[in-house]
Amino acid sequence: MGDLIWILLSTMVVNNFTLAYFLGLCPFMGVSGRVETAFRMGMANIFVLVLTSICSWALNTYVLDYAPYLRLISFIVVIASLVQIVEMAIKKLSPTLFQQLGIYLPLITTNCAILGLAIFQTNREYNFFQGLFFALGAGLGLTLALVLMASIREDAERAAVPAAARGMALVLIIAGSLSMAFMGFAGLGSAA
Amino acid sequence: MRETTPSEDFLRGVWKENPVLVQMLGLCPALAVTNSVENSLAMGIATFFVLCGSSLFVSLLKHFIPHEVRISTYIMIIATFVTVADMGLEALVPTVHKALGAFIALIVVNCMILGRQEAFASKRPVGRSLLDAAGSGLGFLLALLMIGGVREILGSGSFLGHPLFGPHYEPWVIMILPPGGFLTLGFWLLGMNWFRARKQQRRVS
Repeated sequence: MGDLIWILLSTMVVNNFTLAYFLGLCPFMGVSGRVETAFRMGMANIFVLVLTSICSWALNTYVLDYAPYLRLISFIVVIASLVQIVEMAIKKLSPTLFQQLGIYLPLITTNCAILGLAIFQTNREYNFFQGLFFALGAGLGLTLALVLMASIREDAERAAVPAAARGMALVLIIAGSLSMAFMGFAGLGSAA
Repeated sequence: MRETTPSEDFLRGVWKENPVLVQMLGLCPALAVTNSVENSLAMGIATFFVLCGSSLFVSLLKHFIPHEVRISTYIMIIATFVTVADMGLEALVPTVHKALGAFIALIVVNCMILGRQEAFASKRPVGRSLLDAAGSGLGFLLALLMIGGVREILGSGSFLGHPLFGPHYEPWVIMILPPGGFLTLGFWLLGMNWFRARKQQRRVS
């Protein structure tokens, strides 16, 4: 059990997907303008990450032993169809949730955090529960980074920023400082 | 759409619409593996190869790919080339392959590659698509080297592994750690914005 909690904490803060591995930068830059949308994007991500973890575990265990060279192609196909199925299911089961998630759901397909999770999980040979906690930690970490970034940007809008630094340059420099702050957690231990 | 000349197709991607520095696409690999010039070079070349290969195939097959499933078809073609690049690097330069790790596989989800297929290769003849892919690939490589160069020179005091400043140089370790990636790209953009604004001001006055 301690092992699982450690995986969760370490992927959430010590090796945060966005701030330490640069995964999922597109939503990090794109939808971090408002705290509320950032939070919803984070939730959608957690959901898909957990499902991906389960699917890639099943693929690794039952299929890919026979054809390891097809790993990348089968992962990407599974992720793309998974997102499509989830989208249809949510639309049918809970239209309000579907409306809240909006365009974020299909965008998740090309989010590198999802494929990254599947590949890291395979490389580290996690079992089913370890993978599940790994996905939860990664999703919570993404949400944390997104919400932090969005709240800083909401405040930065009111600050007097020099014209040359507006836009992406400012966002990247804020991200650099955030990443530096997260390095403070490195004392907790090295990567699992 | 205005007809473009072949040289425009090529040069556009290199600088004026540079994938990383202007369009902000493909940021994950641009920041994750650029802690040394060698890694940047390997990543840039691998992406260049994948981009040219998939543009060639998408352009050749554009009349056979049904419109409804085009995105998934492009992804499959890209994934095939990434698998080839992954295995090629592993065989040719195992140390670099180990340093880049999972990020070689992640070339699949580099939005810049899918973007070129959707915006260009799926509509244009084969030759032009290859030129466009080569231009964008070169622009990506250039941006990676710009980031990787600064990070290696400041963070390890060397260039391509050769020490530059002598033994008394204290390396800025932060530059080769993750925050250095964000900061380096941030300051490059800052400098370019500043330069562009100054140029415009001069033209006005």
